[in-house]
Amino acid sequence: MSFNLNLNGKTHEVDAEPGTPLLWVIRDELKLTGTKFGCGVASCGACTVHLDGAPVRSCQTYIDDVEDAEITTIEAIEEDKVGAALQQAWVELDVVQCGYCQSGQIMSAVGLLKENPKPTAQEVDDYMWGNACRCATYQRIRAGVLRAAEILEA
Amino acid sequence: MTLTPSRRGFLKGAAATVAALYVGARPDGALASASSEAALNPFVKIDAGGNVTAIVKHFEKGQGTATGLPTLIAEEIGLRMDQITYDFAPSNNELYKNLLFGMQGTGGSTAMPNSFMQYRQAGAAAREMLIQAAANTWGVDASELDIVEGVVTGAGQSAPLGDFVAAAAQLEAPAEPRLRDPSEWKLIGNPGVKRTDSAIKGNGKALYAMDLHLENHMVAVIARPDQVGALAQSFDDSAAKDVKGYIMSAVLPNQAGVAVYGENTWAAIQAREAVTVEWDTSAAETRSSDDIKAEIMNALDAEPTYNVAQTDHAEISATIDGAARVVENTFYFPLLAHAPMEPLNCTIEQTAEGDIVLHDGCQFPAGPHMAMAEIFQLPMEKVHIKTMLAGGSFGRRATPTADYQVEASLAFVVTDRSRPVKLVWTREDDIRGGYYRPAFGHRVRVGLNDAGEIVGWEHRIAGQSIMKGTAFESFAVHDGVDHSSIEGTVDTPYQIPNGFFGLTDTPKATSTLWWRSVGHTHTAYVMEVMMDAAAKAAGRDPVEFRLSYLTGSPDAERKAGVLKLAAEKAGWGRAPAGRSQGIAVHKSFGSYVAEVVEVSGTAEEGVKIEKITAAVDCGIAVNPDIVTAQIEGGIGYGIGAAMRDEVTLTDGVVDQYNFPDYEPLRIGDIGAIEVHIVASQEAPTGIGEPGTPPAAPALANAIANASTLVTALPMISNGVEFA
Repeated sequence: MSFNLNLNGKTHEVDAEPGTPLLWVIRDELKLTGTKFGCGVASCGACTVHLDGAPVRSCQTYIDDVEDAEITTIEAIEEDKVGAALQQAWVELDVVQCGYCQSGQIMSAVGLLKENPKPTAQEVDDYMWGNACRCATYQRIRAGVLRAAEILEA
Repeated sequence: MTLTPSRRGFLKGAAATVAALYVGARPDGALASASSEAALNPFVKIDAGGNVTAIVKHFEKGQGTATGLPTLIAEEIGLRMDQITYDFAPSNNELYKNLLFGMQGTGGSTAMPNSFMQYRQAGAAAREMLIQAAANTWGVDASELDIVEGVVTGAGQSAPLGDFVAAAAQLEAPAEPRLRDPSEWKLIGNPGVKRTDSAIKGNGKALYAMDLHLENHMVAVIARPDQVGALAQSFDDSAAKDVKGYIMSAVLPNQAGVAVYGENTWAAIQAREAVTVEWDTSAAETRSSDDIKAEIMNALDAEPTYNVAQTDHAEISATIDGAARVVENTFYFPLLAHAPMEPLNCTIEQTAEGDIVLHDGCQFPAGPHMAMAEIFQLPMEKVHIKTMLAGGSFGRRATPTADYQVEASLAFVVTDRSRPVKLVWTREDDIRGGYYRPAFGHRVRVGLNDAGEIVGWEHRIAGQSIMKGTAFESFAVHDGVDHSSIEGTVDTPYQIPNGFFGLTDTPKATSTLWWRSVGHTHTAYVMEVMMDAAAKAAGRDPVEFRLSYLTGSPDAERKAGVLKLAAEKAGWGRAPAGRSQGIAVHKSFGSYVAEVVEVSGTAEEGVKIEKITAAVDCGIAVNPDIVTAQIEGGIGYGIGAAMRDEVTLTDGVVDQYNFPDYEPLRIGDIGAIEVHIVASQEAPTGIGEPGTPPAAPALANAIANASTLVTALPMISNGVEFA
């Protein structure tokens, strides 16, 4: 079945079965591999993308439900000033280790800073709880979000 | 085992006319150079434009090899970090072997220890050759020249190093290049040197094996048995044929499962749901984890099979019996999964020439290289491994059986080989798929005299050997004792009098594997919780008590050094009101780490980890910020598992499925981590693993000081609530 996806500012016509998770359309059909498969059950956040500017887990979001939405993936988040600030902070602080979860971390953090431009450390922890990092880079993720907030304020 | 590779032999040069310089090692270890890639698998290559590439022989799973190894080359040549790039080495067991293992692979926190001299020597040789070429061109003495930020400079001359690549490639590599003195170092030890992979890992451009889409590939997932060890007999895929994109299914030749192939990942996953498999369970595991635990506990009651330190058990036991005070505890550690963030996967293709290529975040190329040559009946040089970035490992990607690469090979070999096969594991495959940290039990009795001093330490250990029956047996098992079962106990730097250390192997229950820090995952917990319990019984401060057993050798003194530093930086003994501290210190992989965990709350009402302060002595910290990051991550990995992770079995079937029931550490679980590095001129030692061992016992000691002593993990199943 054919679907029209508005993704990263372009319309893509994709052929997929109804009920296919958006994650697999993005990764296998559109070959945008920055969005990661981690658990498939919305429990790790590695697959986080934006739907109309808000973070969702793409492994539990179905293609049938997103035709009217603007989808943004990590590949286009640098065009957003919040995304760019987070990426800058991530490099400044060398947040990453294996890096596999970090697309999802940044996509979630964009959602946080748009809702709450000056979060406390506790608010970062509360918002980012669902993004797992097996390397346990959490200390730097927290610092990275707070640093990005500073960059955006300057 | 030595950490410093010897310089062997003299250097053979190779003359040719192509304008590029390659410097590396020959199979005998001697440095060598060449002017074409065909002549040498190098550690460094410099093209005619002066572009320098480090060839990194250790895969990057987040621990920093793609930064650390290029740093060594850049330092010795005289480059800024933005003047060097890297490629991962091809599979070549001779040229790219881990000098501590004798085969190509990453593990045991050895990447930097075994590369430190080798990569510096290769960089230094390249520098000397470029300088000699410049000296010849300019008619000056080489001793007047140096390379600074990629420019050959001195004797009133200056030119980019690329100008001398062609001439340098005609020279013989020096046998004993001069390594830069630490006083000249600009990059090694500089906390400002950044990771080379931060940007690509923050913008989605980093390519992991999971991201590979070879043209026309098929995605294979494996239908696996519920019961560990059941064998696939046959399958019915009639329902799978309704799944769009389903291609076919096939019983794997080893009957471990049924490979289900799809045009894409989702099709394969959906089709697997629809395939039914007939399993032969006659040889399958039927025990539950409670049975496994009972076997271990029974083994602790009996006289241990191996008297590891060859001491007089009866005499030591009698000494403890007669001691003024005896502290005794029995410990249990459950099975653990590794759960790296990137589920296991790899892709196999056959080239037009009939070669086989594996694309993999490959931790131990030697294993799959040999296994695949056997499966495909090809000589080693017809099997190639392309190493890609790996989304974590924690030990899981290095199995003695090359398990998932073999699985992919079998899933490929049963096809007509016209299409590449990408094997994908789901998270459920990962959590339920075996290769667990084995369960272990310990029982320790410590005798104390009236002065509060240890008079005897009786330590029994029981669990399933990781190494026996594997290719690593000769390396790790001596006189029947699997070192990985007891490491961190009998070899402790503590000067403990009258120690008895007994080991009993328990029967195989599941496939087991090293898990970040291997035996230290349980031995450090026992040693450090017992040191605290003994100090408490003796009425002595835990730090002072430990220090009294850390004298008399450089080994003990380095351990004492980190203990004192962590205690000082954490404000040991001066916890704010409502807080409780716990400390632990442990040596593993040649490095010494002490950690102080500060908690609020109690086991009953909910514990919150407020702050962790760590001190590490890992010799020269090549990249201090990566050392810090590895300690931060090592702490999180250890604490998360200790808090709430275990794999259990019911009648041979794993009870857990995915992250909801194998809950990883979350961001709010640890308040803050502070890491202090001891300045050192010693050779670099391991850093990927040593942060993990002290973390759980430091937490346990903090909780014990506030409320309850926890002697079985995970904590949430043994009386501890977390806030």
